[in-house]
Amino acid sequence: MKVAVTSMGQNMESKVDPRFGRANWFILFNTETAEYEVVSNEQNLNAGQGAGIQSAEIISRNGVEALITGNCGPKAFKALGAAGIQVYCGAEGTVAEALESFKSGKLEKASGANVEAHWA
Amino acid sequence: MSPKLTIAVASGKGGTGKTTVSASLSCAAADAGYKVAYLDCDVEEPNGHLFLKPEIDCRHLVGIPVPVVDQKKCVACGACGQICQYSAIVCINKNILTFDKMCHGCGGCALVCPAGAITEKSRSIGSIEGGSAGRISFYHGNLFVGEAFSPPLIRAVRSTGCNGLNIVDAPPGTSCPVISAIKGADYVLLVTEPTPFGINDLDIAAGMVKELGIPHAVVVNRHDPDNTLARDFCRDRGIKILAEIPDDRRIAEAYSRGALPYSAVPGYRELFKELLISAVKEAKW
Ligand code: SF4
Ligand code: SF4
Repeated sequence: MKVAVTSMGQNMESKVDPRFGRANWFILFNTETAEYEVVSNEQNLNAGQGAGIQSAEIISRNGVEALITGNCGPKAFKALGAAGIQVYCGAEGTVAEALESFKSGKLEKASGANVEAHWA
Repeated sequence: MSPKLTIAVASGKGGTGKTTVSASLSCAAADAGYKVAYLDCDVEEPNGHLFLKPEIDCRHLVGIPVPVVDQKKCVACGACGQICQYSAIVCINKNILTFDKMCHGCGGCALVCPAGAITEKSRSIGSIEGGSAGRISFYHGNLFVGEAFSPPLIRAVRSTGCNGLNIVDAPPGTSCPVISAIKGADYVLLVTEPTPFGINDLDIAAGMVKELGIPHAVVVNRHDPDNTLARDFCRDRGIKILAEIPDDRRIAEAYSRGALPYSAVPGYRELFKELLISAVKEAKW
């Protein structure tokens, strides 16, 4: 399964970016092969609105099935739901640590957005 | 002479006395025998009614067209999401999602859809109320709470008015809403305070009006004879000052009671009458 982690940098030791729509990078980790690829989210960093929706579109296009991040707003959650992507919020520390927490079942699956919309 | 003249009253920031000026000008125009309409385009915070106290006799909703997708016709090509500048429609995992509140009603998605799957429905974003305040025709727009996109409503308010003198109370700032309010006006009065911040905002606002090619002048509010900031700025830029409203606590007192200096403070009737005469003259009506 391919898991996306929002990241401030481009490797496993980078800090988890708590923002989804405006994360700097997505680290796409393959749980079967333990390999990862890095996807830039630059186009959404300065987006006026809808960054979460566009980010969901990007990771969906990359075949991601689960997302690990800090916070997720309502519109992004709706888009991720449509994409069939499971969402795990509240991740902290490095990307490697967040993946560890995920694998050991310490991250809870979100059933809804955990933050308000930035742009109502 | 064209029967219609539109004067917009604007300012680079809120709280400069835009409503005091526009509502007082409307009163002065009515008293001078003009056919006049006051149009409150500050749709996020309309407050002209607090001073003009109109009797409202009509109300209608203003909407924008938002897309409705027929999932059965959709071939999941994604073209709609690619054309949309506002992420209001997206094709994700063969599902189409629409976010009505983010849609600007541009119609782009329906235009590019190869399958004819997109039709439009109207979504209300606010209302317009109209009525009369004495001899003044009154109109204002009210953007619904939670709506962030006001230009279509502002344009709808602008399309009302009368076949005479129209005074537009524009929203504060220098972005899309104020441009929607002043576009097509014959003349703009920029209200400012003679403070460094006020002059900074005036500078930006004057640049915007110049860019739009609309003749304009300045009205200084809370004027203090010892402070020459506004005069210096306007002289440097070659912008006329049509009125200087003194920093007079009686104005603030009247304001807090919902009264205009025009009718409540002695001496101001003349000031606004003169402002009206010079604005109409400057606008070459
Ligand atoms: S009408 Fe325009 S803004 Fe609205 S969803 Fe379609 S393309 Fe986007
Ligand atoms: S453009 Fe039309 S056919 Fe293509 S994804 Fe959008 S709604 Fe479906």
